[in-house]
Amino acid sequence: MEIDIQTWAKVAAYTGAGIAMGCGAVGAAIGEGYTAAQANFAISRNPEASGDIFKSMLVGQAIAESASIFALVIAMILLFSNFSGATTIAISTFLAAGLCMGLGAIGSGVGSGFPAGAACVGMARQPAMSGRLTTNMLIGSAVCQTPAIFALVTSFILLFTNFSDRPLSPTWAAIIGAGLASGLGAVGSGLGGGLVAETSCEGSARHPDTAPASTNLMLLGQAVTQTTAIYGLLISFILMFKQFPASDSLAPAMALLSAGLCMGIGAIGPGIGEGFTARSAVQYISRNPRAVAELTRTMLVGQAVAESTGIYALVISLVLIFVI
Amino acid sequence: MAIEGAEIIKAASFLGAGLAMGLGAIGPGIGEGMAAAKACEAIGKNPNEAGLLTRTMLVGQAVSESTGIYSLVIALLLLFVVS
Repeated sequence: MEIDIQTWAKVAAYTGAGIAMGCGAVGAAIGEGYTAAQANFAISRNPEASGDIFKSMLVGQAIAESASIFALVIAMILLFSNFSGATTIAISTFLAAGLCMGLGAIGSGVGSGFPAGAACVGMARQPAMSGRLTTNMLIGSAVCQTPAIFALVTSFILLFTNFSDRPLSPTWAAIIGAGLASGLGAVGSGLGGGLVAETSCEGSARHPDTAPASTNLMLLGQAVTQTTAIYGLLISFILMFKQFPASDSLAPAMALLSAGLCMGIGAIGPGIGEGFTARSAVQYISRNPRAVAELTRTMLVGQAVAESTGIYALVISLVLIFVI
Repeated sequence: MAIEGAEIIKAASFLGAGLAMGLGAIGPGIGEGMAAAKACEAIGKNPNEAGLLTRTMLVGQAVSESTGIYSLVIALLLLFVVS
């Protein structure tokens, strides 16, 4: 039985849409569930502040939801694409776009739930701080969403770039690799950024006078956790925009696929680990504001060391792309 | 298109190198982050011992980094020596 290219393109697009929405729903659902649980806890502690807590829960959940809305958008585009002019390379772009957005939404969805939950509990503890807590939560959650936005950007580029003039092999592998690098690379940074923002919201409620210092250190810590997602995005861009010479053999294709996988998986650990570090630093800056200098320095040194394995992964990816 | 044995070995060693470094980076990344987290907590509780705590943190992180370096070595061997 002969199956034509259009049929295979449809198979890839529908599979990609399933992966995008299936994986994309995991993170946001966990994050929002955590927020709601914390909101319930907060209301039971201080029922008089229930109005503010309820509002803050909904706002926080709406931000966590955005990661899965990105996945929904990509899934819809994949389902309703025009398959009549599909070329062979479209099979891998559809699959890669779905994988990228599905995996990329997991970390940000879970991560955004943490600050929202902490803001709800903080409002029960310190109702006068609800304005400041909401601002802090919004900033923290917005930074958590950036890895998902990187994944969305990569998916859009994959879907709307014409790769048909490139040689089929090894471009198909470069495209799948690009999707995996951005998608997997977003998991750790999204999760890590959420951990940092959680303790910042908690600390601002416990010790309102340290709120500005806490927000500053949160932003610094989150910026470092985002670096591994940026490495993933960088490798995706190289894989998507570099012209690779045509080759019939399997090895160059596997090198490009492997470069994407290496950077994507390698970014998960440092992203989460740096999040843990910054989380503790932010927590203790509100308990002991006089130790700001020591805490900031130790946090940055610790994060730099945790970053090293992410940099090894970047080096191996670059070697796979440019040297091999 | 016939794929030769040498070609498959090369392709597998590239894929193996990527997986080795990628998966190998997860553990040290999380572990070193936890070590640094506890160092930050301890400095928050007792800032006078910041020097000692930072030194201990760095030694601990260096040890947990070793598995990441093993992964890097294996990845480089797969890329440049084996294939």
